[in-house]
Amino acid sequence: MIDLQQLQDIGQQERDRRKPVRIRCCTAAGCQSSGACSVKEQLDGAVAAADLGDRVAVAGVGCMRFCGRGPLVAVDHEDGTSQLYEGVTPENAASIVGTLQGQPTTATLGDWNHPFFAHQMPIVLENSGNIDPERIEEYIAVGGYQQLYRALHDLSPEAVVKEISASGLRGRGGGGYPTGLKWATVAKMPGDQKYVICNADEGDPGAFMDRSVLESDPHRILEGMAIAAYAIGANHGYVYVRAEYPLAIAHLQTAIKQAKRLGILGSQIFDTDFDFKVDIRVGAGAFVCGEETALIASIEGKRGNPRPRPPYPAQSGLWQSPTLINNVETYANVAAILRRGSEWYARIGTEKSKGTKVFALTGKVENTGLIEVPMGTTVRRIVEEMGGGVPGGRQVKAVQTGGPSGGCIPAHLFDTPVDYDSLLALGTMMGSGGAIVIDDETDMVDVARFYMDFCRSESCGKCVPCRAGTVQMYELLDRILEGRATERDLASLERLCVVVKDTSLCGLGMSAPNPVISTLRYFRHEYESRLRSPMAAGHGG
Amino acid sequence: MSVITLTIDGQAIAIEEGATLLEAAQEVGAAIPTLCHLKGLSPVGACRLCVVEVEGIPKLLPACVTAAAEGMVVHTNTDNLQDYRRTIVELFFAEGNHVCAVCVANNNCELQDAAISTGMTHVTYPYQYPQREVDVSHPQFGLDRNRCILCTRCVRACDELEGAHVWDIAYRGEHAKLIAGLDQPWGTVDACTSCGKCVDACPTGAIFRRGATVAEMERDRAKLEFLAQAREEQQWTR
Ligand SMILES: Cc1cc2nc3c(=O)[nH]c(=O)nc-3n(C[C@H](O)[C@H](O)[C@H](O)COP(=O)(O)O)c2cc1C
Ligand code: SF4
Ligand code: SF4
Ligand code: FES
Repeated sequence: MIDLQQLQDIGQQERDRRKPVRIRCCTAAGCQSSGACSVKEQLDGAVAAADLGDRVAVAGVGCMRFCGRGPLVAVDHEDGTSQLYEGVTPENAASIVGTLQGQPTTATLGDWNHPFFAHQMPIVLENSGNIDPERIEEYIAVGGYQQLYRALHDLSPEAVVKEISASGLRGRGGGGYPTGLKWATVAKMPGDQKYVICNADEGDPGAFMDRSVLESDPHRILEGMAIAAYAIGANHGYVYVRAEYPLAIAHLQTAIKQAKRLGILGSQIFDTDFDFKVDIRVGAGAFVCGEETALIASIEGKRGNPRPRPPYPAQSGLWQSPTLINNVETYANVAAILRRGSEWYARIGTEKSKGTKVFALTGKVENTGLIEVPMGTTVRRIVEEMGGGVPGGRQVKAVQTGGPSGGCIPAHLFDTPVDYDSLLALGTMMGSGGAIVIDDETDMVDVARFYMDFCRSESCGKCVPCRAGTVQMYELLDRILEGRATERDLASLERLCVVVKDTSLCGLGMSAPNPVISTLRYFRHEYESRLRSPMAAGHGG
Repeated sequence: MSVITLTIDGQAIAIEEGATLLEAAQEVGAAIPTLCHLKGLSPVGACRLCVVEVEGIPKLLPACVTAAAEGMVVHTNTDNLQDYRRTIVELFFAEGNHVCAVCVANNNCELQDAAISTGMTHVTYPYQYPQREVDVSHPQFGLDRNRCILCTRCVRACDELEGAHVWDIAYRGEHAKLIAGLDQPWGTVDACTSCGKCVDACPTGAIFRRGATVAEMERDRAKLEFLAQAREEQQWTR
């Protein structure tokens, strides 16, 4: 059994064994796909060849966020400075090691002061890209698992819930439900058997925040889940990850194994009567399985169909037990809130949206990657300053947030601060954090059709408004796009938006019309300009 | 057990706690159309026909799975609700191949009833004409998926009442499909006891007893009348 002293010793040993120079090479999925693994091999080889082994260490780390410029390599010097390199290739990797001996490098220099980084405030991603996600010692060296220790020894479950409530943290899975309130509800439910679930199904097209957190800092999620389990009285947790994330699954498995070995997961954790184990469940990549009741059915081994709520999972979830289900990023905030205090957290962000939000900035934008910004940052800052605008001299037209459940923010509203309520007021939503930039060449009807196509093929088929309504809406959008539609078809489409939104069983159907409603709200002329006059158009199939 | 009081379509009613809005409505004689609901089977809330309005709640609520609560003021039959329901029925008709004129269940079909009760006179959305399979491998019964509305009443009746669990839904979205056993011909599923519960459960003519039909058709004149008219105007037979 491990105690606080041993935990701190592990951290100290880890810091002591650090070499003066540390070369960090991103080996998360994004950079891996552009050759980061061979870059790391080359770096290792070059260090050995230059006989720098006792002064320099190469570490494979998680995501350094500027994914569009990967593979990324950072050299942390003895004097505390750090040099970033972008788009590193296996060919020029060795020359980065050469700089340590005063030689020139052929690798492209990056800039930590680039606006892409400068406006960020890493909390969720504080360790991402800094530590080796496959070594628990590195997580412990930056203070990891000390908040779990503190919670178990110094705080009552109620005090933990209170701290999370006071922080103002809201669910990062899309809905923005107050996390403290959810925890308090599950905590107060009667029953001995309760569960915590981490929702890592992340199925929105263009979103990869949760994947990155799991790949880059898996222990953070385990610590967050364990603290949550203690707070609500659960002894068993599940992480539900989609099968398309093999690296995240692998890192999570390693993390669980390491934590178990140190007795940080298992029974009588930190010499208390708190037991907690975590299992991984791999989902087959159905978007609807991210919906909480479908996810629970899937863990139970059933078909991943949503069911009507109430009862909510907090009342009756996994195997009919009270169940806490939170998003990856939600859990990733927990240890930081305990460490630095709810007051500190509540000072970040806006009145009703506290803390930071991670966005995956993609689409027609110069700088793509992950950004973590305080709530309340304007869309303009995100797209224009950090994102660097649209490449190729084109104009930015809108940003889609919330994926297939969200909507677009047109360029003239870019001064809107990004928080839950402002985005809802614009007819979109925070969503899980996809931010897709759309340029003036893109047709908004086509955007709407893309998302409707997604919803139609991801509908589980249980309830008819979504199953059949998305098919009809897709066809109507198609008809409009091809110039075959009339005024009446547009009216039909708008009517279906209302019916599908108001009568579908789960969030997928309820929000499937949102991209249409939103593009109609801001770009109605793009629809209308494609309509045929009713005289010329024969109605019907 | 405690009793709660609420108002449904202007009528005050006392009902035991835990009852659904559908049960409460039935008690005051308010006719809420339903399709996936079948008394005695677990509720699934899938067809969404039973949506009602409750004052003070901005969302429509499915009556079959919503618990009645003290003081609720419920409306079950407003024009607004009928509009929603009519669109839902239209979506059902457009997504399958419902050729009532040649259907074993003509006049004895809850989908038709729903069309009548919501005043659906024609389908505004294009028919999808999906390719769907017919299964007549069972000696006593048949399954015509063209008429299946995926209500899962047969699935639940077989699983929950007979305990055989012959039926399931496979695939998703518009491709969702009722399957027997492991997606095999019904007649080859050993688990089937030929009890016929699925036949009794099915709201449409999708699952039928082979051979028996026309007699039922003549029992209900009012519906026959309606159908004759519907057929005349070519509203349901595309
Ligand atoms: C169709 C659909 C897909 C969803 N996908 C996800 C997802 O991938 N990840 C997630 O955390 N939440 C997803 N959600 C939201 C979850 O149902 C749930 O609200 C969330 O996990 C709660 O966590 P939070 O309170 O921390 O946000 C989805 C919801 C719907 C309706
Ligand atoms: S809204 Fe769509 S995904 Fe949700 S239950 Fe209905 S058919 Fe399934
Ligand atoms: S066969 Fe009948 S009972 Fe079974 S799902 Fe289809 S319509 Fe419902
Ligand atoms: S009867 Fe209520 S949803 Fe079908």
